[in-house]
Order: sequence, then C-alpha cells, then structure tokens
Amino acid sequence: MKKYILSLVVQNNFGVLARISSLFARRGYNIDSISASPTDNPKITKITVVVEADDEIIEKVFKQVSKLEEVEKVTQVDEKQAICKELALLKIHTEDTTTSAEISNTVSEFQGKILEIQPNSVTVELSDIPSNVDSFVTALSQFEIEEMCRTGVTAL
Amino acid sequence: MMKTGAEIIVEVLIEQGVDVVFGYPGGTVINIYDALFQNQNRIRHILTAHEQGASHAADGYARATGKTGVVIATSGPGATNIVTGIATAYMDSIPMVAITGNVTTDAMGRDSFQEVYIAGVTLPITKHNFLVKRIEDLADTLRDAFRIAQSGRPGPVLVDIPKDLTIASYEFENKEVIKPQRDVPVKEEDIKHLAELINKSARPVIYFGGGVISSKASNKLSELINTCSIPACHTLMATGVLSYGDRLNLGMVGMHGHVSSSKAINEADLLIAIGTRFSDRVATNKEKFALNAIKVQIDIDDTEIDKNVRTNFSILGDVKDVIEKLMKYVVPSERKEWIQTIDKWREEIDYHPVDDENTIKPFKLVEAISELSGEDAIIVTDVGQHQMWTAQYCKRTKPRSFLTSGGLGTMGFSYGASIGAKIAYPDRRVIHITGDGSFHMNMNELCTSVTYELPIITIIMNNQVLGMVRQWQELFFEKRYAYTTLDRKTDYIKLAEAFGGKGYKATTIAEFKKAFEQALQNKNCPSVIECVIDRDEKVLPMIPPGGSFDDIIVD
Repeated sequence: MKKYILSLVVQNNFGVLARISSLFARRGYNIDSISASPTDNPKITKITVVVEADDEIIEKVFKQVSKLEEVEKVTQVDEKQAICKELALLKIHTEDTTTSAEISNTVSEFQGKILEIQPNSVTVELSDIPSNVDSFVTALSQFEIEEMCRTGVTAL
Repeated sequence: MMKTGAEIIVEVLIEQGVDVVFGYPGGTVINIYDALFQNQNRIRHILTAHEQGASHAADGYARATGKTGVVIATSGPGATNIVTGIATAYMDSIPMVAITGNVTTDAMGRDSFQEVYIAGVTLPITKHNFLVKRIEDLADTLRDAFRIAQSGRPGPVLVDIPKDLTIASYEFENKEVIKPQRDVPVKEEDIKHLAELINKSARPVIYFGGGVISSKASNKLSELINTCSIPACHTLMATGVLSYGDRLNLGMVGMHGHVSSSKAINEADLLIAIGTRFSDRVATNKEKFALNAIKVQIDIDDTEIDKNVRTNFSILGDVKDVIEKLMKYVVPSERKEWIQTIDKWREEIDYHPVDDENTIKPFKLVEAISELSGEDAIIVTDVGQHQMWTAQYCKRTKPRSFLTSGGLGTMGFSYGASIGAKIAYPDRRVIHITGDGSFHMNMNELCTSVTYELPIITIIMNNQVLGMVRQWQELFFEKRYAYTTLDRKTDYIKLAEAFGGKGYKATTIAEFKKAFEQALQNKNCPSVIECVIDRDEKVLPMIPPGGSFDDIIVD
C-alpha cells in the first residue's frame, strides 16, 4: 500500500465534504488525511485527500471521485513535483535540559520551529512535504510525545 | 411572472415534459399538492397506498418508457419510505427524480416533527441530490435534477425542498429543455483496434447488459451481431434486447443463465462486454470468468471499466455511438464452425426441464403466460425464484418489455412498477408475476389499481415458502429451512375481491389458462391468479456463488 495525494477542485456547496467522505466510506477506500479550504473563488473549495491504496485502487478512487457531480477537477499530486505541505504540531515531555537540547537539534535539522518551552515540555512545529513530516515525527518518537496533531496535506 | 415555490415546481415538471407523477401527500408537501391539484388538467398525479409503491411506480414508468419517472413524498417517514425505491433505481441505472418536502428552513436541524435529513440518507444511493435552501435556486435545481438523471449513465436524483420555499414567491420563466448529454468523444483508433480484434477472432462472444437499453442500441447491436455472426448472451437486465429465438441470441448468462452461454464465454477467444458491469451474478468467479478470452468492455461510465473484472481493452462511450462507428470497420463473417459448436452445446448440455401434467411446473406456467399475453405485453416481476423462471422462459422480443429489479433485488418492487408501466401504456397488457413472499410485501398497491381501474393481471407463484432462500438452504445448509417456510393462510381470491379486484386459483396449467382468459376480460379492474406450485421446485441451472462454469448444478 502506498500513499497517494489527490487534489480536488469542488463546488463550495452545502455538504460537499460529506459527499466525498461518504463515497470513500461506501467504496471502502482508506482516507489517511483530508483537508478542505476556501479559495479565491467563493464558489470553489479545494480539498486535498491522502489515500492509502495500491495502483489499482487509486485508479478506481480517481474515477469515482471524478464522477461526482460537484467535483470539477481531480489531480493526482506527486509530493516531489508539486507544492505540497503539511503542518505538524508536537508537544514533547522533557525532564531535563539535555533532552531539550537534543529536541532542539532535531528540530533545527528538519528546519522546524520551537514554538514554546515550558519547564516540562517543548512544543515544536514543522511545515513540510508529508514524507519529511513522517521522518520528523519518527525522529521525535525517541522522546516522550505528550500530544501531537497534523493538519493533513494541502497542495497546489 | 411571480409564482409560489409550489407553482414553480409544477411548472418545471411540465416544462421538462412530465405528464404524470406518482406520490403521496403530507404536511410539508401540502402546498405542492395544492399546486398539482390546481393544475390537474396539465399534469396527472397517481396516488398510491404507500410511498414505496409510488417510488417503484415512478421507476416502472421510467423502465417502460425511457423517460424520467417522478415521485413526490412528504418529509420524514414519507421520504424514508421511498429510500428502497431510490436504491432500486440507482442499482439499475433508472432515470428518476424524487421530490421530497422537508420542514421549514428555520425548523431544520432541531428534530422537528417529521424531520429527516434525507439528503444525507440518500447520499450513497443517488446519482446526485440537492437540498434547496433558497427560492432563487429552486427552478434551476429541478432542471439540473432532470439533466443529471438522464445524462450519461442514468440514475435517480433527489431534490429536498423545505416547506417555506414552496410558500414563498419568486419570478419564474420557462427555459428551453437541455437535451441530456450522452455523447462521449471516442477515438477512431480505438474503434479500429476493436474492429481488428473482432475481425481476427475465431470464437467471439458478446455479453451485454442494461446499458444497451439505456442507449437505445438494440437495433444497432443486432446489426453488429448478425453482420459479424457473433453469438451474444445477456444479463437479467437486458432481457428482450434481442428477440427470443434469434439464432445468435444465446439467452441469459450467469448464476441462472444457460449452460451453453457460460460454456461459450468459457471457450471464447474474445469477449466483448457491452453496457454491463461483470456483476457477481454473472462473473460469479472474477478470476475464472472468460479465462481464455481477450476481454473488452464498452461503457459510458468510466467507473464501471475494470471495476469488477480487469479487461484487456476498453472503450469509454455511448454504446450506440460506439457500435455505429464500429460497423464501418468490421468485416462481415459467417463463423460457421463456432456457431455450430455452440448450437451443439445448446442441444447437448443445456438444462431442459421436464413437464408433469398433474402440477404446475414453473417453466410451463411462464411459457403459457408468454403465449397468452402476447409479444406486446409488459412483464414485470418481483424477486426470487419466480423472477428467474420468468427471465428464463418469458420469450421477450423487444426491449423494455421485461421489468425487474436486478441490482438491488427488491422484493416488493413489482406491484408498484406494474402500476407505473400500465399508467405509461394503458393499451398494453401488463402482466405482474410474483411469488407469495414478494407479493405480501407490497400487495397493498392492489387498491391503487382498483382506484385507477388498471387491469393489471397478477400471477402469484405460490409455493408457500421463500423459494430462493430455501433453495440455498437445501443446497448449502443441509436442508435446514430456517424461517423460510411461510405457509400463509391468505385466501388470494377473497383478498383480491376485498380490494375490489377479481381473484382466481389454479392448480394445473389447464386451470391457469382458463383463469387467465377470464382475467383478460376484466377491463376495468385488476386480477389476481394464485398458481400453486411445489415448494421443492428449484431454479436450474445454477452456478453456486463464487463458483465458475465447472461448478454448474443442473439437477
């Protein structure tokens, strides 16, 4: 199974996100992440879906999504060729200053940001292509992650 | 001109060429009904006993005519009652527009009386649906609904309209009806490639489905088949597309299709699937289906291509258009050897049921119905054994003369559908074939055909059991007949009479023929003929689910 990024241009109608997620549920496709946002055109919404699938399934997903009445365009995005970002926020537990220093090294290695330093935790941010975000999270897993969230991918 | 929302709805329906709607009134559609009532000389309304019946009637009307069927239901239970009808139409790609009322916009989302979020409920069973929130959008949304229902691969569209929109007023002007779009550009080289495959093939087989009916391509398909001598078999949905008795018509294929059709597909070197989806009732075993053949698929819906069975080559397009273009490049051929081989299989390996004069054998009954009702009759079935027997022996000669719920397999479909067909074609005979199980589901609609004086003839194959499930229980569950023995005490003669129709009972074919002749004389009321059959009758041949040609059961 691979991760595929689909970028959808859809009509900004009531329930459009439900329609798309319902299609995924009904056909048994796995959504890894989904993000929706308005565009410069108030009638249009951009949705980026990351799907876990194989080549055969992704072809089916592509066709099924394209068939929806409110979907105007579907493009398969390659994270290396398109502009595509995901934001991750992590709050990491720290016992001592050594840990904080190690965390800050990892963060600067990935060109992330330290958002907040508390006596017992460090909160960090990374905005990058999804695979780098994956590596970032893996690298930080050696510490005790207290909380974490990712926005899902958005792509142009 | 200023009109109320309710009037706008009626005006758009008329503008779209709708002359009849099926439905049931209620609180949130009361204004729509008022407008329908005031326009009854321009548009007819058929009131059923239950909204489900209305939805199947709209579906049956659409199946019989090819036009879009319209059903109207109130909010809440009215809307949920048409859900099965919508799903039935969706699975068989039938054009339908369902209009539901809903609570007023300010009452929405508060669990108000009779409030259901029907747009959410019908999300996965409609081609598209709308919840109209502004009166300004009402007319165009309804127009869109008709366009979507008919274009490309047809299907049901639901439009949910809050009650306050039907009361509010807005400017209305008629617009020209947009012709539904069916044209998909097809590459000439793809057509040439397929023609080449056909020309080179020694053992080609065509397998076609309901898409041929939607595309109005029956004559074109027949031309292709006869020019190139390609034997063709069909799905349940495509019964009647080719005439019964045509030498190249191999009949139905699949779980209960002819052994020879399955054999032909098994031995073919080229299989052309036209307007069909390789469903699990045909390609019972996806891996072994047409194992030796180059598989080609022609369909208007891209999502159908390679969905169930991976093909070697496909053409996305309107079936009729593709076949028309194909005719330029195919070389006429006789393929004598291949056709003789198949003819031999038809004689030697096909299942031939044996008659028994003392009881009603289902195949004999269907043959008698077919003979007595004539070629022009529309046969409508419910779901189960009687449906398969009817498909196997009903000898249809034209498309849209056999109406059945294929994809969803909706028991209780047929009485409503028969009403729709009879309303569409008052001068044609409508023969409704059902089982005792299916009939009990929606027999309430008998009152509708009594009210509208529709002489629909119902034939109940009464075996006192849920025959199809019982057959599976016999074959796969060591005869443990779990809750399939109905043994209802219903007196069908009295039942028919109680509703205002005529009832008959037959235990032999001779008795049936007599009853049927009498039923044909009832010009202004429906008839019900109960035909007693044995509970152990099976539908044969049968390919067990998941099985292939090698697993066919014939006795």
